[in-house]
Parts: sequence; C-alpha cells; structure tokens
Amino acid sequence: MSAEKFSNPVVRWIDHRLPVFSMLDHEKYDYPVPKNLNYFWNFGVLAGLALVIMIVTGIVLAMNYTAHVDHAFSSVERIMRDVNHGWLIRYIHMNAASFFFIVVYIHIFRGLYYGSYKAPRELLWMLGVVIFLLMMATAFMGYVLPWGQMSFWGATVITNLFSAIPIVGESIVTFLWGGFSVDNPTLNRFFSLHYLMPFVIAGVVVLHIVALHRFGSNNPIGIDAKGPQDTISFHPYYTIKDMVGIAMFLLLLAVAVFFFPNAMGHPDNYIPANPMQTPAHIVPEWYFLPFYAILRAVPDKLGGVLLMFAAIFVLFILPWLDRSPVRSARFRPVFRIFFWLLFIDCIALGYLGGKPAEGVYVVLSRIATVWYFLHFLVILPMLSVFETTKPLPKSISEPVLATAKGAA
Amino acid sequence: MVKFLIASVTALAALIGVAGPAQAAGGGDVKLVSGEWSFAGPFGYFDKGAMQRGFQVYREVCAGCHGVEYLAFRNLADLGYNDAEIKAIAAEYEVMDGPDDDGEMFMRAARPADLIPSPYRNDNEARANNNGALPPDLSLITKARANGADYLYSLLLGYEDAPASTEVPDGMYYNNAYSGHLIAMPQPIYGDDVEYADGTPTTPESLAADVTHFLMWAAEPKMEVRKRIGVAAVFFLSIFLIMSYMAKRRVWAELH
Repeated sequence: MSAEKFSNPVVRWIDHRLPVFSMLDHEKYDYPVPKNLNYFWNFGVLAGLALVIMIVTGIVLAMNYTAHVDHAFSSVERIMRDVNHGWLIRYIHMNAASFFFIVVYIHIFRGLYYGSYKAPRELLWMLGVVIFLLMMATAFMGYVLPWGQMSFWGATVITNLFSAIPIVGESIVTFLWGGFSVDNPTLNRFFSLHYLMPFVIAGVVVLHIVALHRFGSNNPIGIDAKGPQDTISFHPYYTIKDMVGIAMFLLLLAVAVFFFPNAMGHPDNYIPANPMQTPAHIVPEWYFLPFYAILRAVPDKLGGVLLMFAAIFVLFILPWLDRSPVRSARFRPVFRIFFWLLFIDCIALGYLGGKPAEGVYVVLSRIATVWYFLHFLVILPMLSVFETTKPLPKSISEPVLATAKGAA
Repeated sequence: MVKFLIASVTALAALIGVAGPAQAAGGGDVKLVSGEWSFAGPFGYFDKGAMQRGFQVYREVCAGCHGVEYLAFRNLADLGYNDAEIKAIAAEYEVMDGPDDDGEMFMRAARPADLIPSPYRNDNEARANNNGALPPDLSLITKARANGADYLYSLLLGYEDAPASTEVPDGMYYNNAYSGHLIAMPQPIYGDDVEYADGTPTTPESLAADVTHFLMWAAEPKMEVRKRIGVAAVFFLSIFLIMSYMAKRRVWAELH
C-alpha cells in the first residue's frame, strides 16, 4: 500500500505518517466480500447504526437528566416539555432501543439460518452473543432511569432473581442495590453503568469486526469464496446496498418516533415510581419477554433463573452443538423446517412472556421452553448426524450466474 | 428486494405484534367508548376551543382534588391565550415564594413562569381529604393509561348503577370503565356543571370530551410539532429510500 495512490497532498502527507487513509482504502476496496449477500446481511451495519444513535442521543439526554429518586421522573418530564427538542431526542432514544433489539434479533436469526456460527467463525459468533448480553444489561438499566412504576418494579423483580442463588444470593442482591431495597443508590449506580456499557459494547463490536474480517462474511450459500470471481469490493457495491437498508431502517424508526412513540413502552411507566404500590402485571420491555417466559415457566425460582441464563448460554456453545458441515439452511431441508419451528417458538415465548403467569399460559410457556432447549440440545446434534443434505454448488459464482441468467 | 421486503415486514410484525400484549394492562370486562379526536392520526391537531373549554372544566370540576403539576401558566399559550390573558389567569392563583430578606416564606400572586399549584401540599393531605384515596395528578394521565384518551372519556361517562351482584362499599362508586369497577372518585360530571362562554352545549359528553382534549395536550404538549416534523421526515426518507434503491440498482447493474 503506497501513499502515492492519493492525489491530495495533505492526505498523502498524513497517510505517510499515520496510514489511516490506507486502512480505510483497504477496507473499502481490498476487503473481498461474497458477491451474493442478500438484504439480511444489512443488519450488522444497522445494528452498528443503532448503537451510534443510542450513544449520541443518550449523551444529550444525560446532560439534562437527574439521577435521583426525587428528581428523575420530573427531570424526564422536563426533557419532554422544556428542553429544546428534548421530546424528539428522548423518543428517538426510547424507540431506537427497541429497533436495536429488532435489528439484532433479525441479525441473530440470519446467523442461525445460514450457519454463520460455524467454523471458522465460532469466535465471531460468540463475541456477538457477548454483545447481545451487554445490550440486555444496558437496556435493563436504561429502563430503570425514568423511575416510573415499571422502572421500579422491573428493577425490583429482576435484581431479586439473584437472591435465588444459594448462600450468597441475598448478599449479592444487597450489593447490587447498594442498600436493602431498590432505592437512590441503585438508581445512581444504574445510571453510571448505563452510561459506561455502550462504550464496552462498542469495544466488543470492534473485536466482532476484527473477527469478521479475518475470514470475511458468510453468504446465503454458505460455501467459501474460491477466488476473485466469487467476490466484489465492499465499496461501492455493499456501501450502496447498506444505504438502502439504512434508509428503510430510518424510515421505520421515523414512523415509530413521530407517530407511535409510546407503542413499544408501557403506560405504567408514566406513573412515578411508588414502592408502596405494586402494578397489576409487572412486565419487562418487550424484547425481554421470551426470556421472561422461560423464567416463569419453571416453578422453582433458582431453576427459572438458571434456565433463563441457559437459554443464552446454549447460543455460546451452538457451534459445537450443530456439527453439520453444511452451513446454509438452503441445502439442509430438515434443518430448515426446524429453524422455522424455532422461530415460531421464540415468537410464542415472547407472546407468553407478556401474559399473566396463570392457567393455559403456564402450560404453553413450559411446552415452548422445552422446545427451545430441545432444538439446541437434541435436534441440532441429531440433525448433524442423520440429515441428508442437498448437493452444494461448486462455487458462489456458479449459482449466481445461473440465477442471474434466469432472473434477468 | 423481495428478501429485503420480507425482512422489513418481519421487523414491522415484531414491532406491532409484540408491542400489543405489553399494552394490555388494565382489567377485565371494561367498556371503552371511543371519542372522535382531532388529535388522532398522522395529521392530528389540538382544537384550541376544546382545550380552553377543557381547561375551564378542569378548573371548575377537577382542580378541587387533582393537580397538573408539570404544567406552568406559560404553557397555556398553546391553548390560544395571549400573554395578557395568561397573566390574568395566573394572577387568580397564589403561590408560595421566599424566603424573603427576613427569612420568611410568603404568598404572592402567581406569574406565568410558575407551575400551576396543586390542590394539596402533599399526598398525605390529599388522602386525608379524600377518604384515604389519593387523587392522581392529571398532567400525564392520558399517557399513563392504555388508550388514554378513550379511557379517560369512558371513565368520566362510565358511572352507572351497580348490578345487583355487586356490592358497593361506602365511599366507593360503580364505574363500568374502571378496572374492577369500584372507584373512589364520585361522579364528577353530570352535565351543565360549568357554563361555557362560547355557547357550546354542556352535555356530559361534551364536557368529558373537552376535558379529555385538554388533558391529552397536558400529557403530550409537543404532539402537534412532533406529527408535523414526522410527516416531513417520512416524506423525505421515502424519497431517500427510493433514490438509494435506484442508485443501488444502477451500481449493481455494472456487475453483470
């Protein structure tokens, strides 16, 4: 990489000493990307965009927010009413959080469908699960900050889960709270951590991208690129394709922010926190509902907590549960059926998590929970052995050319 | 593009489908009547006349027990009052100020910058005056209930005789829109409770609709500007989406 390729003398001078332009150039033009990525490959970039939106709006909100039990709720109302465009910044922050999870869930299911977690991308996948965990912690603490009824009671319920741990449980909960109930010290530390975590996420995102660029993107066919005929440069082909996704993302976000800003929230969070009055149904944010359903499906508290964490832990070991050498579901007819069953199962868990834990909902939650673990722990390992996969194409360009001829 | 559309629809379905159950708070077999609100929909706006009448209903009917703690007198400009009118309205209230040079707190007439005073100094005083029940602050009430505007409207009109099977304890009232049906608030609106200066009929329905209108504004005072910007943003982003897609087609066409 020589500096001569830049015509601007200032760029050349800088690049000779600090090769940032060469680096960007390298990622833009020399980084080979499979030529057959579909629009589901937009969601990584969209997640990154969501993170940036969250950090920028969050920093501005923090300038106007007061982390104190007596002032938090009214400082948020102050933002909504008196801060210039404060309502806009807060509604973007609220809704972009939900969109972040929608995007990441699609990103995860994309990985599941096309086998993006398989060798040699196991660490890439596991870093993704770490990001997901950090996101959940960040979102949970962020939801506490407005100090509404659901903030307070959600925090109480979730932090209390740790009390299920034998012997040290109670001490851990006291430690988390900074006292003997969810109170001002809890709010303060949650605010501090809520501000810190996004930057930790950004750091892990860097690792995620470094791991990605080691072997490049997986693709819908799931076979490795065999040479230059199978790849194209990131710029302009995928920059422009990502822009279409970004436009769609921003459009949907705008519809939510400007016309349904509270649709994904809970009305109870516009009631100031009241430790003396428990809401009729305590529900977490919608993106936690599948895990909440798993938690409540188990009659034993410790069992529920363990199973909820296990639901995420199975994702960590997924690369070793699914041993099939074929990545993409396109060539795995049986896997494909089970993939969609898992998808329906997760939607069902989300629905059940929002329902009261009584009657038929409990039974259904248990069935859905069992199915979730059955899928990862039994079905996937068995499919790796018994499934007859379809023949794989010889290279990426072969089917691409074939469909291009057919479709054009 | 088909895949992309599927992905977008999936995202939307997730958005609407999962947001639904989270909203379903409140209780059992409540009946909601739906008002016709000018503030509904993407081009919704607040009706200034309705808000002024609603403010009057609030002052003459609700304000005895319920505050609107996040509203300042200056905010009433949104209702169409001019500076002099707002000053005059504020001057009808007294607020505590101080301490003065002698260290004493003192009462003075309110100014536009002051928050509208609440009827009670604290929750304990509110409960002491209301049979132990706490009248909630109304500044956010329409956002703090599912289907807030319809809910409030239905609640105000929902008082009726209890069915024979329901025993109504002393100090409680039967309301078909309230979760559990037994509410501590006595029926506030009977019709003709206030006299409108503009000659609008004072039926229970119109009084309830007007005060709901006012309280919707109180909870979401930036709604009009939000929707106005929203229409422009959606228009701009739609064009941006179409142009991006066309540019993408153009760039990728060179590939084959």
